Amino acid sequence: MYEGAREKIARFVNAKDSSEIIFVRGATEAINLVAYSWGLHNLKQGDEVLLSLMEHHSNIVPWEIISKISKFNIKYTQIKSDGTLDYADLEAKINSRTKLVSLTHVSNVSGVVNDVRHVAKVAHDHGALVLVDGAQSVPHMPIDVQKLDADFLVFSGHKMLGPTGIGVLYGKKSFFETMEPFQGGGEMIKDVSFSQKSGRCSISWNDPPWKFEAGTPNVAGGIALGEAVKYLQNIGMNEVLEHELALTAYAFERLSELEKITIYGPTDVKVKCGIIPFSVEGLSSHDVALFCDNFGIMLRSGFHCAQPLHQVFKLQSSARASFYIYNNTEEVDQFVEILKELEQF
Amino acid sequence: MARVEGTCGAEKDVIVIFKYEMKEEAVARILKRAQLKNSIAGIIYELTYNGVSFRLYANGKAIFRRIKNREELNEILATLLALSNNYHI
Repeated sequence: MYEGAREKIARFVNAKDSSEIIFVRGATEAINLVAYSWGLHNLKQGDEVLLSLMEHHSNIVPWEIISKISKFNIKYTQIKSDGTLDYADLEAKINSRTKLVSLTHVSNVSGVVNDVRHVAKVAHDHGALVLVDGAQSVPHMPIDVQKLDADFLVFSGHKMLGPTGIGVLYGKKSFFETMEPFQGGGEMIKDVSFSQKSGRCSISWNDPPWKFEAGTPNVAGGIALGEAVKYLQNIGMNEVLEHELALTAYAFERLSELEKITIYGPTDVKVKCGIIPFSVEGLSSHDVALFCDNFGIMLRSGFHCAQPLHQVFKLQSSARASFYIYNNTEEVDQFVEILKELEQF
Repeated sequence: MARVEGTCGAEKDVIVIFKYEMKEEAVARILKRAQLKNSIAGIIYELTYNGVSFRLYANGKAIFRRIKNREELNEILATLLALSNNYHI
């Protein structure tokens, strides 16, 4: 069943082979795996890694940590005032020293959808690899890793109806075959042989994906994620996307009735997903979230683990409404009515 | 109290979460002692106490602003939540 789940997930993102799917704890661990298994062994002084200012901390911190060890340089693509990625700046910053472009597909703060297919082409033209953070895209839209031509794609189970503690690293087989293991232990080895002559053990690695799955796997998590994927596929990812975009467009329309609300980032659903960051005049994002909490509406408040983007927007924090398949227009109406009440405060 | 958390964001405010089974009592005691400045429908209360402003929520949470340190917060909460006005920490 565990390997069956791997196959389901491979089909879900259109991987060529299930060996390109590695089970991890989540998107964060997946990025760390690439940073430590590929980055530490392939990046050196003079090399560059290109990130963006709209990344989640999980796609910033691992690279900043290993850059201290491997001495490579990190550059950040700027964000335009409307919250979209500055592609001209990205293209200007890619050069022959760029070894990796690591970019979120969808911003977890603004919901902006980045053209990662275009970015992959530009990066590959310069000989750089591409890692796509799909934590906010894989649950919400059809994803085809072969069309995107991403070298790595990461995502988490808990954002797509699965449990916490399980996620996926997709990678092209050729990279997994040459990359060093992330962690050592059982399962990830073929042979551990003690030599009387040398007094040491010689070790050969297992094949991917098991080479990167040391120790007892999260069997229950993997199977549960496979079932979540099956559930989403039965609905259809195009239908999931359409539903979310319709709700988002409706929410923008209703939110425009409010006087003290400021929305950040684009309001055109053609360039974004079902995420709306906003603030209410005179109130902190935590006040807004706690108030809505009283009515059973859950918002995220704070930096959303993306402090650099809040610096771009010059915000101390933001509240974030987000939609998924279980939400409906009545809930959007309720949300707007609650905000109207809060505006009176 | 169940726990105290620093807020995520540049504001550096403090969120106090009262024990679930005691939240109604905690809210009632605070409303009795603090000075009410504003409120909406018994859900959010803007209050001040000894020069410290904070917002209290009916679901048993409160946000305190510009608190100097944990000691100051503990002192305010101990007084606000005391069983009687003669309570001293």
